[in-house]
Amino acid sequence: MSGKNLKEYWKKNIITVVILLSIWFLVSYVFGIFMVDTMNNVKIGGAKLGFWFAQQGSIYVFVVLIFVYIWRMNKLDEEYDVNE
Amino acid sequence: MSVQTWTIILVALTFALYIGIAIWARAGSTKEFYVAGGGVPPIMNGMATAADWMSAASFISMAGLISFMGYDGAVFLMGWTGGYVLLALLLAPYLRKFGKFTVPDFIGDRYYSNTARTVAVICAIIVSFTYVAGQMRGVGVVFSRFLEMPVNWGVVVGMVIVFFYAVLGGMKGITYTQVAQYCVLIFAFMVPAIFISIAMAGNVIPQIGFIGTAEDGTYLLDKLDQLHRDLGFNEYTSGSKSMIDVFAITFALMVGTAGLPHVIVRFFTVPKVADARKSAGWALIFIAILYTTAPAIAVFARTNLINTVSNEQYSAMPEWFKKWEGTGLIKYEDKNNDGIIQYVADKDVNELTIDRDIMVLANPEIAKLPNWVIALVAAGGLAAALSTAAGLLLVISTAISHDLIKKQIKPDISEKGELRWARIGALIAVLVAGYFGINPPGFVAAVVALAFGLAAASFFPAIVLGVFDKRMNKEGAVSGMIVGIILMLFYMIKYKLGGFGGGTPEDWWFGISPEGFGTVAMAVNLVVSVVVSRLTSAPPQEVQELVEDIRIPRGAGDAHAH
Repeated sequence: MSGKNLKEYWKKNIITVVILLSIWFLVSYVFGIFMVDTMNNVKIGGAKLGFWFAQQGSIYVFVVLIFVYIWRMNKLDEEYDVNE
Repeated sequence: MSVQTWTIILVALTFALYIGIAIWARAGSTKEFYVAGGGVPPIMNGMATAADWMSAASFISMAGLISFMGYDGAVFLMGWTGGYVLLALLLAPYLRKFGKFTVPDFIGDRYYSNTARTVAVICAIIVSFTYVAGQMRGVGVVFSRFLEMPVNWGVVVGMVIVFFYAVLGGMKGITYTQVAQYCVLIFAFMVPAIFISIAMAGNVIPQIGFIGTAEDGTYLLDKLDQLHRDLGFNEYTSGSKSMIDVFAITFALMVGTAGLPHVIVRFFTVPKVADARKSAGWALIFIAILYTTAPAIAVFARTNLINTVSNEQYSAMPEWFKKWEGTGLIKYEDKNNDGIIQYVADKDVNELTIDRDIMVLANPEIAKLPNWVIALVAAGGLAAALSTAAGLLLVISTAISHDLIKKQIKPDISEKGELRWARIGALIAVLVAGYFGINPPGFVAAVVALAFGLAAASFFPAIVLGVFDKRMNKEGAVSGMIVGIILMLFYMIKYKLGGFGGGTPEDWWFGISPEGFGTVAMAVNLVVSVVVSRLTSAPPQEVQELVEDIRIPRGAGDAHAH
């Protein structure tokens, strides 16, 4: 594989990681900690939303994030012919 | 059958299973001993990682801890799961592509320096020993509570079992026993949880019961908040820690998780880079099952407890109350001599003290579950403690045989000789861990939580920069690791153990507790590494090529040449 393609592959990888980590930060630190009081004005079932994100929601989103990453990277690996 | 008979049967059965697996999965080469031959399927590795990761503390103490901390318990829930996102996105695939055996291997090769390797070995050993002592103690405690055996004998039994399969099977034996241990521990955790969820919230799924209503139609969480207000406690759904501290602790636990050597090394055991990503996903699913159930148990158990004891006659307490009183985990002191239990926030009036561990250990009894379920909890707690202990012991033994002897002291050692040293290393590690389990030094309990801070402050930046910053050189990484871990140790000793003049929470820097200080130490490590590396010369060409190479997945299968 040529050097240019490798650079492009790496750049797309970085963009994917940055987007996913932004969501990671948003659901745990922003929803669950920094804005917890504001979020708590909304309720999901019997739980205040901020509290729920801190104790449940963020974990579900973490799982989804990893699987999105797996799917996206497998596609990238194939596209740039670096898969095994 | 009595609880004790059931416990003996279940514990004996699970132990026989672990030993059977160990005999079947003996390691014949160093590659099998260190990384299970690199052929573990991703789902299996996910389960093994989950068991490796979830310790006696996750199984026995966490739900109870959360039930006393309320909202603040989120630091553990998010902190000990969010790190897997970092592992999957920033570390696991690249370390797998690098394709050697240990974390110090990566640090030593990437930073072309045996000083860096030695610093990494020391960090790995400090982190693993603080952690493993707690596990051996956990084994002893489970034995003593369920089988009425002295704690020390419990530790010895645990040592013999771990010794057997860690020394015989190495990573290969550990991996497959951990898979079995995951199944035992998750079953043991979920069965009582489901029963209690049905009883308290009328829902089979605890996660849904958590946000659901009680029998009288009010939401459980609203009810619990009300109970807390009535008794003068902080509202359950709001915390008492400062926001900055909650942030710092959560972040330190996440980054620390991603930097723990016994977790990282699990990703060396799969065949391909794509499998390393997949196993991180599976691991988090298997962990999330327990971690999303724990806060539900916390709410059910807390509500149940307050309803059962608050303002009730002491003489009318159910049988479990008396039984756990005997173990000292529940203490009742009738201060106003009215025979009624006053359980309130005000320390002068409060008459009841409850150990957090009771929430999981006594939950099945409180919910009046059958005897075999109660016994199951004992087997589950043992599985959680043994699996984590084994993973840590392996890191210590590998650090000795591979990173020190093979890589530094005696590079021409034969395959057989190295394998023998790996086994001797495991033996020494078991003995030391057992010693600390029997004679726990006072500082162990205080520093276990800080193992994460140490991992965050030392490994995480060095590994991430090693992959993502091609310009990072040995000067930068070594000075970053040293400054990071010394700063963390200093803060820990000053504010946790009272050294260097000690200090109270008012003196904490930026209001951050020692548990959360890993976040600051990691940031300092990062800055020092980057600044120093830019002031010194770039890493050699072959190291830059190594970085290029680990960034693409292809070719991981045969990257084992030494």
